[in-house]
Amino acid sequence: MALNDQLAIDVSGMAFRYAGNEHDSFSDFNLQITRGKRFGLLGPNGAGKTTLMSLLTGLLKADKGSIRLLGHDVSHKNNNVNKLFGFVPQDLSFYNELSPVENLAFFGAWAGLNKNEISERTDELLTILGLQDVRNKEVQKFSGGMKRRINLAIGVIHRPQVLFLDEPTVGVDVHTRNAILDYLLTLNKTGTTLIYTSHQLTEAEDLCEQIAVLDKGKLVVQGETDALLKDHKNEDLETFFLNVTGKEYRD
Amino acid sequence: MFKLLATIKKDMLILLRDKVGIALIFIMPIVLVIVVTSIQNSTFQLVDKNKLSVIVCNTDTGKESTALISSLDKLGMFKVVLMDPAKADIANEMNDTDAMLGIIIPPNFSAQVIAQSKNMAGKAMNSFGLQGDTLKKAASIPPLTLYYNPVLQESMQLSVKGAVQSALQMVESRETLRRLYFAINDKQLSPALENEMMNNRAAINSIPLSKNGSRKTPNATQHNVPAWTIFAMFFVVMSLSGSVVREKISGSFIRLKTLPTNFVVALLSKQVTYMIVTILQATVIFSIGIWVFPYINLPALNLPTDLTAVIITTLICGWCAVSYSICVGVFAKTQEQANAFGAISIVIMAAIGGLMVPSFAMQGIFKTITGFSPMHWCLEAYYSLFLQAGKLSDVRNNLALLLIITVLLQFITYLGLKRKNLI
Repeated sequence: MALNDQLAIDVSGMAFRYAGNEHDSFSDFNLQITRGKRFGLLGPNGAGKTTLMSLLTGLLKADKGSIRLLGHDVSHKNNNVNKLFGFVPQDLSFYNELSPVENLAFFGAWAGLNKNEISERTDELLTILGLQDVRNKEVQKFSGGMKRRINLAIGVIHRPQVLFLDEPTVGVDVHTRNAILDYLLTLNKTGTTLIYTSHQLTEAEDLCEQIAVLDKGKLVVQGETDALLKDHKNEDLETFFLNVTGKEYRD
Repeated sequence: MFKLLATIKKDMLILLRDKVGIALIFIMPIVLVIVVTSIQNSTFQLVDKNKLSVIVCNTDTGKESTALISSLDKLGMFKVVLMDPAKADIANEMNDTDAMLGIIIPPNFSAQVIAQSKNMAGKAMNSFGLQGDTLKKAASIPPLTLYYNPVLQESMQLSVKGAVQSALQMVESRETLRRLYFAINDKQLSPALENEMMNNRAAINSIPLSKNGSRKTPNATQHNVPAWTIFAMFFVVMSLSGSVVREKISGSFIRLKTLPTNFVVALLSKQVTYMIVTILQATVIFSIGIWVFPYINLPALNLPTDLTAVIITTLICGWCAVSYSICVGVFAKTQEQANAFGAISIVIMAAIGGLMVPSFAMQGIFKTITGFSPMHWCLEAYYSLFLQAGKLSDVRNNLALLLIITVLLQFITYLGLKRKNLI
């Protein structure tokens, strides 16, 4: 297999600036993420993680360079590219007025599944994520943890090959966090590449095989999590993170 | 198609679970149409059926003033109430009652009418070459004094003056005729001949303008039900624009952008869903006009004969209202902005569109800008169908303009979505 075929994400010479800003958010930015990996994109507030994720998913368009997802150029957005990845945003992006089943039916249809596939996946996901008992209740009455699980279920309903997760466990209790992380590990074992951002560094250390630390639009460091900790003689990711990004406020 | 149906189902479910939204887009316009029609119906009845109360203070003692009062009464326009001339002030009497008008007949009115008539008859005799009595300097008839409540519109005041003038003319002409007849024939004019001569006038047939020749008279219901149905359709801005903003804020739009479906499906779904709502609104309001209004003492709504034209007009009007609502939702940053702008803008559009004040009564710049309100073209089309029994061919120009406005709104929406990176 050629190197390019092994890459889930290949960013090369990418530059991006928000309209009206004086400085580039990214300039000559490069990043490669291998297929099937659990990749942590870490950084302090304002480092550019969400912007980068928006660029990788085609929500924003780079001014220069190329961004390829599983070999497809994301700047030429088309339905074939969108079928390949799933996106679990930090915001709870679904309809509170609908039940889990109704939400999954709608997003499943938009993800290109047919009626039978939606029904099958809905049963499967609601069982795995412990939401079968409330499958027909309006989501607005749910706890934060239940809502996070629905947010995740919607992102994976179409069995994406690459899954972007923007702080998927923010504000949830330890049980829900463990359930979500267990499910993500299961997904990864079936070949799904995980690209994950979070400020929960302990969680990132447990989940991610590889990490990249982003600061002010630049990659400060990238590599295998264990190797990086060992090389920098740090006991945990939090200490490592503070050592490479400094201790001053960033946002 | 499956994606579109799934999206329509989603939008329908969200709408049906929004009880406040449903109340706003159905109950509020229904209440509005009933209240406004009832109020306007009372006004129509005040003008059309209820006689205007007029207090007459007759300070004259002759028979001509009595004849004048009788003539006023026979006009059918006034409810004449006689006031005791000994009472000090007719203005106080008007304030104490609901009388809109007051007339003071001056002293010597009869004597002067008789003198004037005698003089006129004499002049006529002289002009025939016969001998007639004329006065060298005849005193003119003393003027009547007309008091009116300032709430009476100018046009109403003018018609009242015209009516009083007509009654006065009748009295003077009758007396002149009597004098002339007596001078020629040396005997009194018989009452039968007098009535024949006085009432031998050309009749005036008044017919409401209609394109199919029907004789149904427009009433408050025919005016208000179509007008406020249009307002109701545009009232969906309160629910729809808010729904668009909510989706933007919640990040649903962004998530949808990452899925392999064109965003046009989402916009198409909202248009289909809310067009169904506007059609239901029109159906409900028209049904209330037809079947409920008679139970609350309002005239029943008469549907036009060309029902196809009504359906097409309703569809285009609904599409325009939905397009406007989506446009507001796309540009508004918060739900509060969408609600406030949506509500105020449709009231302004209703005002300049002629829903509140007829556009033919508008002057100056308002006459020009009325065309910018889509409600104006909806209203013109509905009025043509409901009031003038028009057909589809009669409203095609209005509908064409409405479609142009709708396409323009869709284009602005597209630009807004593009600018906000939502498509």
